[in-house]
Amino acid sequence: MSEIKKIKNLKDFSTSADRFEGANLLCPGCAHSIIVREVLNATNDDLVLSAATGCLEVCTAVYPYTSWDSSWIHIGFENGSTAVAGAEAMHKALKAKGRLKQDRDPKFVSFAGDGASYDIGFQWISGCFERGHNMMHVVLDNEVYANTGGQRSSATPIGGSNTTTPAGTHSYGEKRNKKDMMQIMAAHGSPYVAQVAPNKWKNMVKAIQHGLAAEGPTFLNAMSACTTEWKFAPEDTIAVSDLATDSLVFPLYEIIDGKELNITYRPKNIVPVEEYLAAQGRFKHLFKDQYKHMIQEWQDRIDGNWEYLQRREEAKV
Amino acid sequence: MAFDKMELRDIEVWDGNFAAAQALRQCQIDVVAAYPITPSTPIVEGYAKFEADNFVEGQYVMVESEHAAMSACIGASAAGGRVATATSSQGFALMVETLYQSSGMRLPIILNVVNRALAAPLNVNGDHSDMYLGRDSGWIQLDAYCPQDAYDLNFIAFKIAEDHDVRLPCMIHQDGFMTSHTAQGVKTLTDDEGYNFVGDFQPMNDMLDLDHPVSHGVQTEEDWHFEHKARQHNDLMTKVFPKVQNAFDAFEKLSGRKYNIVEKYDMDDADVAVVCMGTSVETAREVATEMRAKGIKAGVVGIRLIRPFPFMQIKEALEGVKAIATLDRSAPGGAPGMLFNEMAGALFNSDTRAALSGYVYGLGGRDLTKKHLVDLYTELQANADAGKVLTPLQQFIGVRGPKLSYL
Repeated sequence: MSEIKKIKNLKDFSTSADRFEGANLLCPGCAHSIIVREVLNATNDDLVLSAATGCLEVCTAVYPYTSWDSSWIHIGFENGSTAVAGAEAMHKALKAKGRLKQDRDPKFVSFAGDGASYDIGFQWISGCFERGHNMMHVVLDNEVYANTGGQRSSATPIGGSNTTTPAGTHSYGEKRNKKDMMQIMAAHGSPYVAQVAPNKWKNMVKAIQHGLAAEGPTFLNAMSACTTEWKFAPEDTIAVSDLATDSLVFPLYEIIDGKELNITYRPKNIVPVEEYLAAQGRFKHLFKDQYKHMIQEWQDRIDGNWEYLQRREEAKV
Repeated sequence: MAFDKMELRDIEVWDGNFAAAQALRQCQIDVVAAYPITPSTPIVEGYAKFEADNFVEGQYVMVESEHAAMSACIGASAAGGRVATATSSQGFALMVETLYQSSGMRLPIILNVVNRALAAPLNVNGDHSDMYLGRDSGWIQLDAYCPQDAYDLNFIAFKIAEDHDVRLPCMIHQDGFMTSHTAQGVKTLTDDEGYNFVGDFQPMNDMLDLDHPVSHGVQTEEDWHFEHKARQHNDLMTKVFPKVQNAFDAFEKLSGRKYNIVEKYDMDDADVAVVCMGTSVETAREVATEMRAKGIKAGVVGIRLIRPFPFMQIKEALEGVKAIATLDRSAPGGAPGMLFNEMAGALFNSDTRAALSGYVYGLGGRDLTKKHLVDLYTELQANADAGKVLTPLQQFIGVRGPKLSYL
């Protein structure tokens, strides 16, 4: 197995040689680029990467330019995971036949948005995990189809106003709770799945390194606060991300071998969910009298989920 | 070499599926990613058994759908190695998105398509609907008429597709059941002969060349998309024909078996000609010979290379013919039929002013009998004598109920 990169401090981390260039077309304040850089900088290994169609892809490989200084492929919206799985199979084949140009074992990582993971690409990811490819799938989870202007996905949280589930005089917006991809991917028997957030970078690096070191398909659900669709100022990305992790709307935890659940971040001061909601334009309507009951619903649901995660952790099952 | 070679008899009794599976084995594929579907399933089953018995060394990835099969083939091909798969019908239809992606990314993937009807109504039998669905996808398309062709054309396909001047994916078509499940004598190549014909895979822009990172499948909008598509089409129209011919010539030298971009049969002095594909070519040849005995100068033109479409070779093959029938084995969906259209396109600006009529036949596996073709040639002779089409331009062969005809 390859050596795990030692990362001492944030300066050390953030000044690593970039294999993902700052020259890209992502929105100012987009968390995607932070997540991608954290993944790429967390390892010294060679990388073979894919991106599903989406913000990351359309903003980083517009002919004749590319932001990627690693092998990279994009095919379509739904099949980025399988693209990397195909490359991983080719690596195995060429290694067995003694035809690798360099005798090195790269890490295979697919990046995809929540739409390309929770919705349209779900089957392809499930197939890759069932077959046990040696790869990591990273969801850039901004809870919306951001690239096409803010349509709901099955990662969109209840009460959010989106272009296909807009809030109005008779609707508080999205009616359904977010799909629980963590449990679904853990149920595939993956050696490692983790929910991470770029603001908690040390926590995230640990998860990335754990996932890359594991044999078999691993999964990271990375929260990607979206300045454009969540509707907050570009300079507030990390502040909003902190509200998400500290209110436990986005709890950070891992599941090892499909069973052992560990909470990896416990906020010292838990922030009321209301503060998280209030920081974003997509939930603005929930503060009208008509829909205010949703704020308590949110708090109760988040409390319940936190309780569940703690019980799972204690039970070690 | 970690895998075992297989001793073959000079002539084996194989159906089209097993012939294709054997060719893939001999070409030493690095990654096969596949999903089974009738009637192509025995190709991947055959290949799986070769793997289980150590006759192949590459990775065999059984994926969860045809879309994923071609997606994995794209990833594997971009990584840098020899890649192949097989499918039919609905699976082919599910793959269509990725067919355009693989050709647009210039990846030399080989796809065996065992032709079958498209639902609805659901039907597992052979017709050319899936083959027609792929005709604008930017792939090279070769058509096998029998198990021998299905075997030979696989070697030829790798030779063409992997050429660095071409770098385009290639389909080998064979008729569902009629070819895929009908055992015939197939003359074989030895493992060494077969592999040496296709040669070692030469990677280009391979993702696994870790010291030289590449970006595959990038975005182009109105500023560059047109140039990419137009230049790729230009390569299809200018570079592929000579490469196909070279591969046919080299294969003839190796095996003694001769393939042609357009397969002419008794066309030198033909007054009437049938243009068709797949197993119908052999039937038409037999009937043409019988018509000759009755004094009708009948010929057959079989299309071997469907895409890029051989307009010039067609024009040459049909020069001086007085009446032509095109046989389309796909519901034309509100048009005269692909072969009819292409024939009209090939001949319109030529001096050949033949009476051109179109026939739709064999949908969902309905037989095309010799009697059908005798009647057809008789109609063609009448057209030739009259100097014009006496029948409707579009007719259906062998359909029950009221006689359907149009135009």
